[in-house]
Amino acid sequence: MRIKVEPRADPTWKLTLAVTVFSALIALPIIAVIFWGFQVNPIEAYSVIFEGAFGDWYGFSETLTKAIPLMLCAIGLSVAFQTGFYNIGAEGQLLMGAIFSTYVALQWGELPSIIIIPLMLVAGFIGGGLWGLIPTYLRVRFETNEVITTLMMNYIASKTLEFLVYGPWKGADEWGFPYTSKFNVNTWIPTWGFTRIHTPTLVFAVLSGIALFFVLTRTKIGFETRIVGKNPEAARYLGISYQRIFMIVMLISGGLAGIAGFGEVAGIQHRLRPGISPGYGFTAIIVAWLGRLHPISTMLVAVLFGGLLVGGEMLQIRLGLPAATIQLFNGVFLLTILSGEYLLRNKIIIEREARQ
Amino acid sequence: MIDLVISVLRAAIRAGSPLLVGTLGEIYTERSGVLNLGVEGVMLMGAVTAFAVTQTTGSIAVGILAAIIVGGLMGLLHGFMSVTLKVNQYVAGLSLVMVGSGISSLIGLGYIGIRGKKLRPVFLGFDILVYLFIALAMVLWFILYRTRIGIEIRSVGENPAAADAMGINVNKTRYLCTVLGGALIGLAGAYLSTAYLSSWTDNMTSGRGWIILALTIFASWNPRGAVLGAWIFGGVEALQYRLQPLGISPSFLGMLPFIATIIILVVSGRFSKGSRGVPEALGKPYRRGER
Repeated sequence: MRIKVEPRADPTWKLTLAVTVFSALIALPIIAVIFWGFQVNPIEAYSVIFEGAFGDWYGFSETLTKAIPLMLCAIGLSVAFQTGFYNIGAEGQLLMGAIFSTYVALQWGELPSIIIIPLMLVAGFIGGGLWGLIPTYLRVRFETNEVITTLMMNYIASKTLEFLVYGPWKGADEWGFPYTSKFNVNTWIPTWGFTRIHTPTLVFAVLSGIALFFVLTRTKIGFETRIVGKNPEAARYLGISYQRIFMIVMLISGGLAGIAGFGEVAGIQHRLRPGISPGYGFTAIIVAWLGRLHPISTMLVAVLFGGLLVGGEMLQIRLGLPAATIQLFNGVFLLTILSGEYLLRNKIIIEREARQ
Repeated sequence: MIDLVISVLRAAIRAGSPLLVGTLGEIYTERSGVLNLGVEGVMLMGAVTAFAVTQTTGSIAVGILAAIIVGGLMGLLHGFMSVTLKVNQYVAGLSLVMVGSGISSLIGLGYIGIRGKKLRPVFLGFDILVYLFIALAMVLWFILYRTRIGIEIRSVGENPAAADAMGINVNKTRYLCTVLGGALIGLAGAYLSTAYLSSWTDNMTSGRGWIILALTIFASWNPRGAVLGAWIFGGVEALQYRLQPLGISPSFLGMLPFIATIIILVVSGRFSKGSRGVPEALGKPYRRGER
């Protein structure tokens, strides 16, 4: 018997779906073994996650709440990754968006909601977009590696946030906590019923995903975006400036992450404080990858990972596991999904040798 | 004043030591054409392994050895993903960061707040590893530029097809370098938890893994250049603690290493264009018969 590996031409979408789902599922027994190694009962852990995230309406509403920032970050990342720009900085872009929105809220919070909330959204977009454009400019101008610079920008953003809430923006009545004052009620994004789902942001996220999908597939700039990522040589022959594409794409990717930050401060916290994001920007990388960099499927995956984040919190509360446990899930998912790509690109043929 | 300078220099070399050995590891990995972005995760695994094993066996040497092995195994995993499966090396590296941060945090759960053993200084107030790392930089430089193995490693990273034609086993060389690189990065983590500090905290590398990736570029993939770069960054870190009493916000000082990293990346891109030594085939999987 011999095993032969042959490259495969474009896989069908059915095969792609099957392999993606299968390789994501393979992660579960692997993580179970790791849990077991740490004397955590994997069945108990999985049921805690599932019940916490999807078991009742409250859990599911929390899942959707957490899916909002994941969606916003991940659809932006999916476009950035498609052009071959490795934006690992969604976390920092989210924080910068939150900072910019907070500035607007603290300055003009008394304005009527219909004015102040859109203003904060725009501020969030600008904050995140600018934060994304800095490493992009460095890439197109000096060819610096964007993976490292976007990551450094994450740290700088989180230190900036710390600096602000411990220093100039520290609220007067917060008993020494590193919080800004509570925002004026006018700045609060309305939520759905008794849940924490800030519906306008969710609607905005879904609409942006759909819009990006159409831009990518139906417009000239979308075509250019895909060409730059798929075949940089061809793009050069066609006279497409990758610099311009990178800047546009990163303004959008960073801006959407910034809007995610706006959603967190205006929809959930109603103030700025450290820890507004449990790593949404990082989890969004897996979401985008598992969604195969397609804005629509990415949105669905975001809901699953919103559930995983909620489940992760339950693991902390019920089983006393550390917060970083969720990173283990993220990492193993990413590894198995990547390995699955090998199966998509190659045919594995098992041949029985003929008897002589 | 002299005292201050000496104390900063001393602190710079100590803080730079884990960066140095980690950078040496990444240089070998990248020289063979494999990009391992997972440094932060591998380093965390090294740090937690060294600390936990030192605690249970009572021997720092065993702890450090265990960290080297764990680092090597993570390098092996990255080698499997990038050399055998030929998947996207950027994403494979990122997944190592996540796995490393998750598992290290689980292992470290029982070790938070414990004061562990610490490597003692042997000469001029530095521990033995500080000297060993400098010697290692020289040895690795010599191997890379003056021996046949070094030529093989570099040619695999520059032009794997030509290396293959010359009878060099491309995949084997890449595996070896990635495993060696992982082992050295694991050692860098071990240095953090058993020599630089003597404790474990979640995410204790706090960005050093990413700084190592930048230092690799700054050093132009040359082990000798890594020494200077690592000490400069050690200096930035040391300076943070020296400036804090002057009333500068600690959050602002905390940004310094990251701002410095970006500046260093821009500078090393700007002043050595064309000849800055990036291995031609870096991050590109090799398939025979394909160019």
